Amino acid sequence: MADATTGFPAAALSTRTSALHRLARRRSSIAFAMCIPLFALILGMVVYPFFYSIYLSMLSRDMSRFIGLFNYEYLLTSETFHLVIFQSCLFAVTAVFFKAVIGFILAHVMHNIHGRDQRVWRGLLLVPWVIPPALSTLGWWWMISGSYSAINWILVHLGIKAVPWLALTGWARFWVIVVNVWFGAPFFMIMYLATLKSVPDQLYEAAAIDGATGLQKIRYISLPLLQNVISITVLFSLIVTFANFDIVEILTAGAPANTTQVFATYAFQVGIGAGNIPMGSAVSLFIFPILAIFAIFILRGVNRRSREAM
Amino acid sequence: MNIRKSAGRLSRRDALKAGVAAAALPLVHVRTAHAAGSLKLAFWDHWVPAANPVMKQLVAEWGKKNKVDVTLDLLSAGSANSKLPLTQAAEALSGTGHDVMAFSVWDVQHYHEHLIVMDDVVDGLIKQYGPMDPAAQYMAQVKGHWMALPTSVGSQYKPACGRISFFKSQGIDVESWYPAKPGATAGAKDWTYAEMLKLAPAAAKAGLHFGIGIGQTSDSVDFSGGLMRAYGAALVDAKGNITVRSEPVMEVLEYMQKLVPYLPADTASYNDASNNRALISGKSALIFNPPSAWFVARRDAPKVAADCWTFPSPVGPKARAIPYDPFFWGIWKFSKNQAAAKELLTWLQQRPQVQKLCDASAGYDIPPLMSMHNFNIWSTEGPPVGTVYNYPIRPWHDSVSNASCTPAPPRIASQLFSNATFNVMVTKLTKQNQKMKDVLDWAEHEINGYINM
Repeated sequence: MADATTGFPAAALSTRTSALHRLARRRSSIAFAMCIPLFALILGMVVYPFFYSIYLSMLSRDMSRFIGLFNYEYLLTSETFHLVIFQSCLFAVTAVFFKAVIGFILAHVMHNIHGRDQRVWRGLLLVPWVIPPALSTLGWWWMISGSYSAINWILVHLGIKAVPWLALTGWARFWVIVVNVWFGAPFFMIMYLATLKSVPDQLYEAAAIDGATGLQKIRYISLPLLQNVISITVLFSLIVTFANFDIVEILTAGAPANTTQVFATYAFQVGIGAGNIPMGSAVSLFIFPILAIFAIFILRGVNRRSREAM
Repeated sequence: MNIRKSAGRLSRRDALKAGVAAAALPLVHVRTAHAAGSLKLAFWDHWVPAANPVMKQLVAEWGKKNKVDVTLDLLSAGSANSKLPLTQAAEALSGTGHDVMAFSVWDVQHYHEHLIVMDDVVDGLIKQYGPMDPAAQYMAQVKGHWMALPTSVGSQYKPACGRISFFKSQGIDVESWYPAKPGATAGAKDWTYAEMLKLAPAAAKAGLHFGIGIGQTSDSVDFSGGLMRAYGAALVDAKGNITVRSEPVMEVLEYMQKLVPYLPADTASYNDASNNRALISGKSALIFNPPSAWFVARRDAPKVAADCWTFPSPVGPKARAIPYDPFFWGIWKFSKNQAAAKELLTWLQQRPQVQKLCDASAGYDIPPLMSMHNFNIWSTEGPPVGTVYNYPIRPWHDSVSNASCTPAPPRIASQLFSNATFNVMVTKLTKQNQKMKDVLDWAEHEINGYINM
């Protein structure tokens, strides 16, 4: 007997339909189907651009010839690029360290404030994180730019000589890190606070009964429980901070004499500014191995702790 | 069946009738509002807000008259504001986007392979109005062909803008050096870089420094470019040879070593807003900038503005070079309506349109066609009236416009410009106390990289 609409034998049709149903009913099939848009997105927005930028970095300046690793060779011999590597590492590592420390302290302070007060303070402390960084950095520039800034105005009125904050290498590096810490610390705070809220109060109560001091509670309860969150947030923040562009571009544009230049600003300068897109790609790709090293060490620690906890 | 039959019976007479009807179709075609297609333009978002509506109005007027559907996007460009260069790079790589793109300074050289030749348009305009600014020509031409049209919109000179009272206190009347009327004066010859160096300590002593930067953005690079041209100095010569250790370069470096101690303490971190702020705050006796700083001072610090006078840069042993930052309009090769784009750009650079745009920008825009440097706007702006009369290069100024980092071949000059190589040398020498030999070695290595890329 044939199916009236398709003309297929009914038995064959029912076998096929049930196979299809089985396939559709399998959890893995559904999960895979639902992930297809995500795979497409990752392929289009991450994998393809990554390989395309590797390809670009091996082209000549006018993108007409394949020159292999010449761009990388040149960068490794360039004194300016050595400065860029040093400054990028200094900027990212120092900024992330202070963001983590300040975020950790703020999270504990917040955790010990209760009720409405905590909501108010939490909201206020999140303000730097929700303002677009280009705007807030401009505000910082007005406060610290050399000749006419608010901070120098105060110094002069206190009888202290104005400081050209962004024209001296040490101070310029200091301020780009400060602005990054100011912007990023609230993220750490909110991540740590969320984790702290999940720690059972009984642990702290028991520690208090045993006579533990505040520092001991942090050392023996908070830190071990927060370790994985700290690692993941540090890794996440390292990635974002290494790729930071707007803070340095607005505050110093790499000055004085390229001593505040980081990977992103230098890649922009040579790639878009000087019209050398292959070299710009090569500069930006240098972030990848550096971040890979950080990621390997951090994620190895996370995995080890997860295995131990199981 | 019927269909097959009727097709088979199509007579020669019927076929002829159908052919005539088809041929006549265009004749009876109703010309719609967008009959000549569409155009997408990406122009520079002007600093002077009043200039944008005039551009929109002109473009709409042309579109309506020529039945072209024109879309105008205004993209910003400047320090930390880089929508225009990013869009250029994206469209050049993807081969899609606007039909017409604005380019500034060396951008045409970066993307010339993606642009159509504009010889017919530019040569036509030159025939009509006389010569084009030679610096604009240097930046827009590749192998003798115009790869983009130099435009007035956004193009700017960066001459001196000084405080009249300060110069008077030093026994100099800048208004008599460069009056707001035609004709050279004897006093103009006294305006030299040596004289400027003498005045710098006096300004610092009076608490009125010279707002000159040695930073890495265009205003700073353009000032040093003008200074180098005035001394005949270049880091790379016209043939592409590195001339970092040449006598004129050493002379300019020594000049900067003497000047920098009297510049603001933050000169090494100057960006394109710093000199404007220096003038407007009343703390600066001299800056090198288009009149935009004076425009803002007129609004925010009228007393300062009334004390300002714009005049050409000092003269050096070789030339009086006025820093020049031009803008260009280019047509991408992938544009589907190149003829209409050329027609529109030609029309926009006709004298009446250029004058309208210059008036709207309060005289900020400098037409690249030198014969248009006589618009009335520069005579009437004030106070003091005539303060920007000498902003455009006048025939009696004995000045040349200068594209920074020339005469290096454009491919190298564009990198010297973007990386602010000379200013980094000056900073290393004067602010980081590095030895001259180390600084020269550094520059040589960097430039070698630019040449070999």
